[in-house]
This record gives sequence, C-alpha cells and structure tokens, in this order.
Amino acid sequence: MSPWVVGFSVFIVYPMVSSLYFSFTRYDLLSEPVFVGLENYRFMFTQDPNFWQSVRNTLWMVGVGVSLRIVFGVVTATVLTWPRRGAKVYRTIFFLPTMAPPVAAAVAFVFVLNPRIGPVNQLLGALGMEHPPLWFYSPGSAKWGLVLLGLWGVGDAMIIFLAGLLDVPRQLYEAAEIEGAGPWQRFRFVTLPMISPVIFFNLVMGVISGFQYFTQAYVASVATSGNRVATQALGYPQGSMLFYSVYLYQQGFTYFRMGYASAMAWVLFLITMACTALIFRTSARWVHYGGALR
Amino acid sequence: MRRALVVLSVLAAVGAACTAGGGGGTSPPPTIEPSGTHEPVTIEIWGAWSGRELKQFNQIFPAFEEKYPWITVKSVGNRDDEAIVAAIRAGNPPDVVLSFGLDSVGEFCASGGWQDLTPYIEQSDFDLSQFPESVFKYTSFAGSQCALPFLTDAYGLYYNVDLFEKAGLTEPPKTFSELTEYAKKLTEFNPDGSIKVAGFVPWAGFYEFGAVTLSIPWQAHWYDESGEHSAVATDPRWKQALEWQRDLVDFYGAANLKRFIAGLGGEWGAGHAFHHGQIAMMIDGEWRTAFIQDLAPDLNYATAPFPVPDDAADRYGMGQIGGTIIGIPRGSPHPAEAWLLVSWMATDTDTLVYMANNVRNVPTTYAALESPDLDVTPQFKTFLDIFQNPYSHYKETSAIGVQDQDLMGAFMEDWQEGKVPDLQAGLEQVAEQIDALLAQARI
Repeated sequence: MSPWVVGFSVFIVYPMVSSLYFSFTRYDLLSEPVFVGLENYRFMFTQDPNFWQSVRNTLWMVGVGVSLRIVFGVVTATVLTWPRRGAKVYRTIFFLPTMAPPVAAAVAFVFVLNPRIGPVNQLLGALGMEHPPLWFYSPGSAKWGLVLLGLWGVGDAMIIFLAGLLDVPRQLYEAAEIEGAGPWQRFRFVTLPMISPVIFFNLVMGVISGFQYFTQAYVASVATSGNRVATQALGYPQGSMLFYSVYLYQQGFTYFRMGYASAMAWVLFLITMACTALIFRTSARWVHYGGALR
Repeated sequence: MRRALVVLSVLAAVGAACTAGGGGGTSPPPTIEPSGTHEPVTIEIWGAWSGRELKQFNQIFPAFEEKYPWITVKSVGNRDDEAIVAAIRAGNPPDVVLSFGLDSVGEFCASGGWQDLTPYIEQSDFDLSQFPESVFKYTSFAGSQCALPFLTDAYGLYYNVDLFEKAGLTEPPKTFSELTEYAKKLTEFNPDGSIKVAGFVPWAGFYEFGAVTLSIPWQAHWYDESGEHSAVATDPRWKQALEWQRDLVDFYGAANLKRFIAGLGGEWGAGHAFHHGQIAMMIDGEWRTAFIQDLAPDLNYATAPFPVPDDAADRYGMGQIGGTIIGIPRGSPHPAEAWLLVSWMATDTDTLVYMANNVRNVPTTYAALESPDLDVTPQFKTFLDIFQNPYSHYKETSAIGVQDQDLMGAFMEDWQEGKVPDLQAGLEQVAEQIDALLAQARI
C-alpha cells in the first residue's frame, strides 16, 4: 500500500465512518456509545432551539459576510491596479492585515470597537452620533463587527483578484474603448467576465470557510462577555455569535455530547457539499474561461 | 472543527483497544498496607491549576511523600476536563485527577469515568463526618460518590466601605429589596446620564453574576424532587428573582448598563471595577480577597453574606458553595496509592490550611476550618461562615452538566434586554428545553 492510501484511510476514511456511526449514538466519550438510531437528528431538527439559531447565524455570515468580502476584495484589487508608482507598497499595506493571527485580530477588534473606550465609537461620538452601535455587546451589531473584521483582513482574497485583474489582456480594453465603452461598461463587460473564474474560486472557498466560521466568533464572544468560564460565553451576546461550528464545538467538548456533535458535523458536511454543488451547477451561466476549452 | 473531531475519533479508536478491562467494576478495590515495605512507585495527578496557584499547589506533596516514602507524586498542571476526559477515553489516564468543573460531576459519576469511591471509603473506614454535609451534594451523583472536595469556594457580597460611608450607609444589605435600595443610593450618574459608579450590576454574565449565583441566594430550585424535571417554571422563586433583577436593570437602563460594563476592566486583571471603586457592591467568591490583597491592597472593603429574599430573612448567612474536586479516574494505573493521595489531600489539615492561606479557598473539613493556623482576616471569615451555614449549597447536579445553566443564562440575556414579553411562558420554554435534554441523556 502506498503511504497515501494509508494516510487517507487512517486519517480521512476511518474517522469519517466512525463519526457517521457516532452520529447515531449517545456518546459522552467516557461511556461506550449507545445506539439511539435517528434520535440525534430528530432532536436537532425538532427540539433544539440553539441549532436553528446557529444555522441562521451561519447562513447570515455566508450570505452577507462572504458576498461583502468578494465585493470589497474586487473593489480593493481594482483600486490597487491604478497607481503607477509604489504599487507594490500599497499592495503590501492592504495585504498585511491577513498576516495577523485571527485570535489577535479578533481581540484587537473587540478593543477597537469597544462601545465606551474604543476609538471607533469615540470618533463616532465626536462626529455627533448620539448612540453609536454597541458592536460586540449587542446582538443587532455583533455580527457586523465580525464582518468588519473580515473586510479588514480581505487581503487573501484581494491578492487573487489582483492577479486575475492584471491578467486581463489590455487589447480587450482597447477594443472596448474603440467601440465606445465607458469605464463602467469596460468593468462590467470586460473585467468582470474575465475575472469570473477567480470570483468563482473565491466564492467556493468563502462559502466553505463561512460554514466553518469559528475562531473570530469564539474569541469575540469570550473577550466581550467577561464570563470567567469561556465555554459559557459562547454565542454572546444573546446567541448572536453562536455559529454552527461554535455550537458544534460546545456540544462535543463542553457538554461531552460527541454523538450529537458528530450528527451536527454530518449535517454541516452535507449542507456544505450541497451549496458547493449548487454553485458549481450555476457556474456555467456566469463563469467565463477565456479561450480555454471546457 | 472537523479536523478536531477526526483527531479525537482516531484517539478514541486507538484508546478503545487499551481500555478493555480497565473499568471499575464491583470487585473490592485494591488496597495497600501503608506501614509495610513497597517497591518505589511514582503516581501522577492532573489538574487545571496554572501559574502562581500551580506553584503553590505543588508545595503540598513533599509532606505526602514523607508519610508514604515509597510514593513519588508527579503533579501536572494546565490539564482541564477536556484533556482529562480524552486521557480516560484513551485508556491512559493519570492516577489521580483534580477538576474545577463541579458541574460535570453528574457526567463523571454516571459514566464511571471517575470511579465510585464508596468501596475505598468503606474498606479504609474513611470518616465522612469530617466534612459538612453540603459537600456531598456536589461530589456525588446517582448513588456514586465519585469525588471528594479539595477546598471549596463560597460566594458572598463584597462592598466598598468608603462608598457606603459617602452614601450614609453603615450595614450591608440583608434582603433583596434592601440590595435594590442600596444599589440606587450608591449609584452615581454623569451629567450626560451615563453611569459613573454603579451600586450593583445585576447583569447576567457580568463577572460572577449569572443564573447560578442568582438562583442560590433566591433559593430557587433547578429541579423538582424527583430530579427528573426542571423546576424553573414551577418554582415561583425563579419568577421573583428575575423580576427583581429586571427591576434593577431598568433603573439603569439596559443599554446604559451595557455601555458602562463595556468600559470596565476584566475580572482577573488589575482593572477590576471593584478594585477601582467603579462598582460599590458585587457578588464574588472568597478568592477575591487574595486578588484585592495582591492588586488593590489599599481598597477599603468588607464582605458579608449575600442578601436573601425578604420572606426568607431567617436564611440570611447562607450562600453558594462548591469548588475543586478530586477523584480516581477509570483505568488509574495505581488505584491503591491514588486512594492514599486522594484521602490524604481531602483531609490533611496542614495541607488544607496551607492551601487556604495561600490560594485563598475555603478549607473543606471541620478540623481545618477550626485550625488556629488558618489565616483569618475579617473579610475571609465571612466565607468560612457561609460555608458552614446549613442552608448553603450548590445547585442540583444533573446528567446534563452545564447545559441547564447555559439555557437559563441565554434566557436571562434575552430577559434583561427586555426581549421576553411573557416571563412565565419564557420560563416554561426553558423548562421544556431542559426536560428534553434530560430525556435525551436517559435514552
């Protein structure tokens, strides 16, 4: 057997099969798993209020967070193609936040967006805003704080868009210009189609990581709630930052409900697969692969 | 996350092969004659201590090693419940475990992950009357005494004496209506309406204030007598407690209070709001006395039992208790020596007094509580009394660990924000959710 087969079986196939089995059991890690049939799935869909909350939060993040990141990434990359001089410096500056470790970045944002002592709200207050948002302290604005954090670290997506943008052949723009296309038309009918494969790639990766959104939400909840038991702070405030993976972690490792957590992991896997498949199916309509044969 | 699951599953599978036969069973526990000669053996204890507290904790073992010269103790810190559970699951646990997670006692006992100590207790004629009765409630579950206490925490009221004097107050509040009255008197607002000093912050999740710390002084029950159903919707105390809380929140205004809290320092650092006179009263554990001594030695403060409901004034003096637990995990390599260590740690007066004087937790045996060597400041004395009060207790242990608290905590977050239109209906929903989890745990 080649090493690849061994690694694949031991680290991928076997754990997946076992977690599928565990999903049909009550398994607290300490006792032997007890087979309970579809009970975990029944409980998940019909009785667990936090499950649906975590699903809604996650879908919001995938819908709003991922699309804004793509729009912001494309816009930033486009702007970065403009400077004639110092382009490399600007690119580095915009890419730098991506290098910050997610935990450190989240802690920093909790401070920057602190409603009372944070610089953002002090600025908003100085500008005359009477009731600036409470950011991570209010369920209405907490997720927007995370979105801002995501946009600040958009460098990873931006750098790929930039590569795509710089690859668009100049003669296409020249041809469009001769035909009388303005800047917006050039962007809409030349740039966008030409970078659509890159958008497609970022969309798929964004959706997958959006469904697994964990670190920033975990850190922001714990740092904000002030609760001394980190696991009791998950989702703070009012469950607005309880994302699917956070809830899954809480079930498996705080409540020791590994059977239920396994069931949740499988549902997440199936949803992610379904969404990815859907994006792939619709891609034929909007993704253009230059001259390549498909 | 999936990766973590995957890794854990692999560990579980590898461990499954090793655990066979490692279980407790009903056969008599292994014993050892302490006075005989033995092969030298090293036993390992895991716990979640870290930093200063770990260093202090490690100082206790030389006395044990002197008493049992053939045993060497290796103490490993920074091991939380997650690590301990994984090690038990993998069949490679330490000999003795120590946990701060007393809410998981139900799971530890019921699963047999922590061995029932009853056979050891019986075989060695271990005297359980050395402990106040209240400790057994949080160290046993479903007939299994799977843990013993190793010092404990007690919760009471901390108040700032200077701010009291400024407001013309001399005595601490004894009932919840007095607490509200005092809180209002002690609160100072800025000209723009924001809070400058809060008398008492009744915000769930703020420092130690939450579902459990609110329920116990209010004598609100989590479960009915059978222990099979949630009592949060049927015990009228819950409604009273939450209405009291909401009333005080409304005095400040929820948004105003949140903005105030957001600007306060963290619970474990030098920026703690009580250290700086930003809050006049709070509920906290006895360990705070050590933090104040360390971080704000000039603070003029006093402690008292936490207030009780007006119609239960005779119970004044009680409070929430419950703290560190120790036990023998399933598969412990040297269970006889492990029991020697567990029973020694739980009862050795010098050790308990040393830990109480340094880590500042409440010792758990009568002998240690009465020891002349115990360093008793007036502020610390309050907590020794609370611990010995017959009405003091911890919340009922259940098979669902902290999930009941988390559900209630989440509900309180909605409630304090004014997002629950019908309190009784809301409590019924929480009770239903807790019951559903209990039912799941029983399948």
